[in-house]
Amino acid sequence: MTTETARTEPAQVQELDRVTIRFAGDSGDGMQLTGNQFTRTAAVFGNDISTLPDFPAEIRAPAGSLPGVSGFQLSFSSGDIHTPGDQPDVLVAMNPAALKTNLGDLPPGGALIVNSDAFSQQNLNKAAYASNPLTDGSLKQYNVFEIPISTLNARALEDLEMTSKQVDLTKNFFALGIMFWLYERSMEPTLRWIDGKFGARPVIAEANRRALKAGYAFGETTEIFHTTYRVAAAHLSPGTYRNITGNEATALGFVTAARLAGRDLFYGSYPITPASDILHQLSGYKNFGVKTFQAEDEISAIGAAIGASYGGAMGLTASSGPGIALKTEALGLAVMVELPLVVVDVQRAGPSTGMPTKTEQADLLQVMFGRNSDSPVPIVAPATPAECFDYAVEAWRIALKYVTPVVYLSDAFLATGAEPWRVPDVADLPAIAVENYTDAATFHPYDRDPETLARPWAVPGTPGLEHRIGGLEKQDITGNVSYDPDNHHRMQALRAQKVAGIANDIPPLQALGPERGDLLVLGWGSTYGAIRSAVERLQAEGWSVAHAHLRHLNPFPLNTGEILARYRQVLIPEVNLGQLLMLIRARYLIDAKGLNRVRGKPFRISEIHESAVEILSSKRGTGR
Amino acid sequence: MTDEQAAENGLKSPPAGAGNGAGGPAATESTGAAGTPLPTVPLSRKDFVSDQEVRWCPGCGDYSILAQTQKTMPDFGYPREKIVFISGIGCSGRLPYYMNTYGFHTIHGRAPTLATGLKGARPDLMVWVITGDGDALSIGGNHVLHSMRRNVDIKLVMFNNRIYGLTKGQASPTSEIGKKTKSTPQGTIDTPISPLSVALAAEATFVARSVDTHTEHLQQTFNRAGRHHGSAFLEVLQNCNIFNDGAFRDFTDREVREDRMLMLEHGKPMIFGKDRDRGIRLNGLHPEVVQLGNGVTEEQLLVHDEEAEDPYLAFMLSRMWYPEFPVPVGVLRRVQRATHHELLEGQIADAVSKNGEGDLQKLLVSGETWVVD
Repeated sequence: MTTETARTEPAQVQELDRVTIRFAGDSGDGMQLTGNQFTRTAAVFGNDISTLPDFPAEIRAPAGSLPGVSGFQLSFSSGDIHTPGDQPDVLVAMNPAALKTNLGDLPPGGALIVNSDAFSQQNLNKAAYASNPLTDGSLKQYNVFEIPISTLNARALEDLEMTSKQVDLTKNFFALGIMFWLYERSMEPTLRWIDGKFGARPVIAEANRRALKAGYAFGETTEIFHTTYRVAAAHLSPGTYRNITGNEATALGFVTAARLAGRDLFYGSYPITPASDILHQLSGYKNFGVKTFQAEDEISAIGAAIGASYGGAMGLTASSGPGIALKTEALGLAVMVELPLVVVDVQRAGPSTGMPTKTEQADLLQVMFGRNSDSPVPIVAPATPAECFDYAVEAWRIALKYVTPVVYLSDAFLATGAEPWRVPDVADLPAIAVENYTDAATFHPYDRDPETLARPWAVPGTPGLEHRIGGLEKQDITGNVSYDPDNHHRMQALRAQKVAGIANDIPPLQALGPERGDLLVLGWGSTYGAIRSAVERLQAEGWSVAHAHLRHLNPFPLNTGEILARYRQVLIPEVNLGQLLMLIRARYLIDAKGLNRVRGKPFRISEIHESAVEILSSKRGTGR
Repeated sequence: MTDEQAAENGLKSPPAGAGNGAGGPAATESTGAAGTPLPTVPLSRKDFVSDQEVRWCPGCGDYSILAQTQKTMPDFGYPREKIVFISGIGCSGRLPYYMNTYGFHTIHGRAPTLATGLKGARPDLMVWVITGDGDALSIGGNHVLHSMRRNVDIKLVMFNNRIYGLTKGQASPTSEIGKKTKSTPQGTIDTPISPLSVALAAEATFVARSVDTHTEHLQQTFNRAGRHHGSAFLEVLQNCNIFNDGAFRDFTDREVREDRMLMLEHGKPMIFGKDRDRGIRLNGLHPEVVQLGNGVTEEQLLVHDEEAEDPYLAFMLSRMWYPEFPVPVGVLRRVQRATHHELLEGQIADAVSKNGEGDLQKLLVSGETWVVD
């Protein structure tokens, strides 16, 4: 609090390790922006953070309606945290609909800040409230702060030349100001952001500044809050940090991979939620030589990426489940012609259009098997938003070394969730060696590197290497079209061996916890945070439990079977109906148990904790 | 087609000196910039014949198209390694295997998408797309539209035999209405589309038609398509002697072609007929066939203008079909517009001049950052 006027100290300051806040309002109320501003501020302060945006697929559902509610939950902490929190400590509800859809998650005693101005009869009707919850006693078990945010905000902006609608659009910053005061946060990062964003529109900038400061001053001068809260900075390892979402980290990882490989990145994409941000991001990196192509459809997007890879560039495409379904045939072509390619699947709830803005991890079997014939593709899956960077690079390392398409599985939670990321020093990152074949004397299109089984990547423009590739089965070595039965069998086996062999080139699976024990909780993808937190809690309670998280899903790390065998039981929590579970059971013949919830939301720590306790307790002779 | 066979037998491996890996043959210079290849060692048709056995049905029109393709290739001055043939699925899709260039036999209908990515990544290459009426207008219709509207610098050759040949004889999007095929025993109920109308509607900058058996015209048209800067759409009327024999015979046969086809020539009045005594005149908004003489003079005839900025004349020509009209062949439209790769590279150059060459470390630490000691 250096640049602001001195704070009036409230009656009480309470030290907390961790706070979870949820902002909820109409999708026109700017809740995502509000949440992001608080997140940045907490991150810059040095807290560990984790966020969960939750917004409707409709851009503007009718104002005040239940489907139009948009929420943003963030957790910030002085310790290491892995999830955006099971339940909010504070719920900010900007209208009755937001209250109705979010109140169920607020624990008794939780703080509830409501914009009382929004509780008109009309809005209550829209939210299907028979009576006003602010007056009918139904909120007794919460710590309710009724604040006429709209009115107070409008008063603060009175003399500005703005329409009342424009004024109303700034009330989210009033609410943000209150929260900044309540949690002893500086307004500076947001004030800077306002200047950058609205610099060209001084009236709007001034309005937002005033709204923020008015909210802050309100907290300071009124006496409705008796306590403010202090969450100290976390002890993160030294380095330069920034706050990053999974999609941002993914895009940066790809640009970095292109630099490390010394190749141009060619990104073919068709807009789809929640993958579109990767296109938005990469299209801004043209000065890095990134070529982006917004295709006419998903098929064209992957086709163009394959074409670019054929030409020696790094062909990349991204989509979500429905788009991946459309890309399937072309992905099979990439398997057949054995060209480097990375396909990103930012998974969302399905099937079909499903719930486009909600998370799920149910495309694992789709990308594993969803092509005609045996068509093996390596699969990587980052576990956290920051890890998206590392696995974008890893996907390309595999694609280029093994000359193969690779699938990169993210999901809506990873893509839009954020956490602090320690920015790597580019100079420390290992280069990705890439070679194109040039020797005409020894060239055979389907001759293979004895170690990697990769075929030579020979690009057009190389004299003497003119050759033809395609989707028809190829003769081993020569690459000529072949219908020979034994050759087909050999080629199918070679393609499978090539992918299986990557297991020798990836890190072993690590179990965090006792080396042997009663239970291993095995996960993949965005369940990492919830599993990790649940297992830490179980360990603290004295249970014999470990956590292992797969980042390579095809092939599995070589020691996977060995790790699984060290624990009496294996629990696999997944936001699907048991996909990794099926692969693990089939591959390792163990009686692993699934914990499966598909609610379009990430796991709660408590769900995994409960399930683990149940398994552990049912085992005689085990336990604490 | 014994000449093709002979040529193949004589050429089992790349010609001597065609590349040793260390920079290639001395005479094979790279183009440096897109569009204007530098001269190279003169190549001949034989240099473009691959060692693969041609496997189309004997008598198929594809043999002639392949031969004219191979004959035309040396004219462009590109070394073989700079030429890529990309095809989809169908009988036409096999053509890249027979060309001793780079080739990619892709999946059904999607060849333009791979070509778009390839040309985007490698503007130095000459990229041909080989497709058929089913591949280009049915399953791949969307990609044809969009590659043309983007003016991707590819040369798309569509073999139109008005039938599905490789799947053994089903109706295609260009099959005439009422046509009885294996899949339409009572006749197809789907109105056919005109490939050239589609190409024009998709803003193609080069639109032309030729015929498999008119070898000289086909070569000329290939030549002009190959030299066009931007998307070229070339329809080749091609006879499938197995499943749709004689589809175009009524106007392409030697004895009748002059009376039933209109050879388009830029800047020339639209005259046709063995005796060059008939022409096309505009009557209101409609073309009509007129007999020259009796007060009808050449001056009243439409003059072909392939460079017309507006597409009305070209569109009108794309609708003319035998027997109401002579079938136009040649270049209907040829206009200039910036190509996709030029615009793409232009944006990259703009971004570099505005923001400088990308500094990766700077990019990674952009936004709000903080340091933990």
